[in-house]
Amino acid sequence: MKKNALLITYLQVAPLVLVLLLFVIVPLALVLAVSFFRYQVLVGLVPDFTFKNYIDILSNPTTWWLYFSTLKFTVIVLAITFVLGFWISYFLVFHVRNLLTAIALFLVCTVPFWTSNIIRMISWRPVLGKEGLINSALLKLGFVNQPVEWLLFSDFSVIVAYVHLFTLFMIVPIFNSMARIDPALLEAAYDGGASRWGVVWNVVLPLSKTGIALGAVFVVTLVMGDFFVVSVMSGGLSGSATSGIFNDLQFLNYPRAAASAVILVIIVLMIAAAIFRLVDVRKELAQ
Amino acid sequence: MTKAHGKRPWTFYVLATLFTLFVIFLYGPMISIFILSFQGPTGGLVFPLRGVSLTWFGALFGQARTGDIGGAFSRSLPLALIVLVLTVLISVTAGFAFRRRFRGSTAIFYAAIISLIVPGLVLSIGILVTFRFLDLRANWYGSALGAHLSWTLPFGLLIMFAILGRLNPAYEEAAYDLGASRWQAVSHVVIPIVFPGMIAVALFGFTLSYDEFPRSWLTVGSKNTLPIEIWTMTTNVTSPALYALGTVTTAISLTAIALAIGSIAYIQRKRAMRL
Repeated sequence: MKKNALLITYLQVAPLVLVLLLFVIVPLALVLAVSFFRYQVLVGLVPDFTFKNYIDILSNPTTWWLYFSTLKFTVIVLAITFVLGFWISYFLVFHVRNLLTAIALFLVCTVPFWTSNIIRMISWRPVLGKEGLINSALLKLGFVNQPVEWLLFSDFSVIVAYVHLFTLFMIVPIFNSMARIDPALLEAAYDGGASRWGVVWNVVLPLSKTGIALGAVFVVTLVMGDFFVVSVMSGGLSGSATSGIFNDLQFLNYPRAAASAVILVIIVLMIAAAIFRLVDVRKELAQ
Repeated sequence: MTKAHGKRPWTFYVLATLFTLFVIFLYGPMISIFILSFQGPTGGLVFPLRGVSLTWFGALFGQARTGDIGGAFSRSLPLALIVLVLTVLISVTAGFAFRRRFRGSTAIFYAAIISLIVPGLVLSIGILVTFRFLDLRANWYGSALGAHLSWTLPFGLLIMFAILGRLNPAYEEAAYDLGASRWQAVSHVVIPIVFPGMIAVALFGFTLSYDEFPRSWLTVGSKNTLPIEIWTMTTNVTSPALYALGTVTTAISLTAIALAIGSIAYIQRKRAMRL
């Protein structure tokens, strides 16, 4: 019976394992392998064990510049989405008194997640464009004499799109953490003489750290691994860490693209590991 | 926590304003392109509206110049439905497996998490290279299907963890003690409890696949899915037809969301009435 149950367990998990092996583990292993291959024009991939691709990438100043630019976006977007995600969750959990209202408002925040990202990016064009809503309003009100150019196809519009697309990834985990906080704890803190701000700082913030960590990992990996938000929203003016991959792929230089991918994954996983070190997410998820 | 019936603190009004602004930020641009997709025949990509018409919806399916939108639809929809079915089946069964401790469970869990946080582009390259080594052609029902599953399954699994965490094993034991067969215990006790979660998994499976871009980009092969078709349109279509397509595809996503949320609400209410 015991052995039988174990067999059933393995059968139950087998389809998941199969998909993960075929479409995650093997592909990632092959990316690692190919990153040491040689690239030859017309021939393509030549099996080898060379560090040339890595040396190429790391000795190119453009790589460093692109990573710097991506890290800058990551830090800015992380800060904005954290502030928004924290206070919106706080509002929904501690200020909205009716549970059904809170759930409904939470759903209002999550619905766009299930719609097309690319359409959501395009939808900024009639708003931020040269003849867009914001510029017409500014002109009409007389704040400016000519359209503001930096609203669209700039670093600004890239950040707007990131915040628009990714704030949800902060709201959901933080909301989830906050919803589990026992209201009695807050009452106790108030009764003990804590100020409203003191409660937020000393009770709510520490108890939401799992959610904050999960949200931060999502935002970091989404921004660092992104190439199409930058390409659509900057109009090709800004680059990202993935731009090098993009260029190499167009010339079918898979080995160098793979090496860039490996570097990117290592950096992303290092940041994720650093964040997970601060909080044991699995322990908290299992609760 | 504020007292249940007391005066609302000033922070309520500050945060309510922040929330309202955020919702406007979230929906405002989308609403503006829905309005602009009904632009008159002489209208452009920005306000004001020059008349109201369905011209651009017609242009979407009429002309060849906007690309193969019908074809992209005919691949994206079936693909999303296949991903939906597989995501539900695989995450539900795997979710049950994870209720027991077994050798390798931690490794599988971490593999799923890696699948969630590895950049889609990197995975896309990997799958493409894997298919090359296997001498297979990349296409939407093979490599892209797998790429989409690598994105939807971790979500499905995490949702199942949350749902099954609430399923007390004592319920099943009680059913067995009362003489239920294994199948009866599953169909009368487990499935009703897990069902709303399964709908949520289905919603994730459908919409994440239907809208997926980075993981599709290299893996669809020569025939595009809808998000990639839209991406190419952003560079060469400069008419409100682009917005019309946005409206149509968003309407499909919204229908899926409404169906899912509606049926979860319906089940919960029916259950509440029975109690």
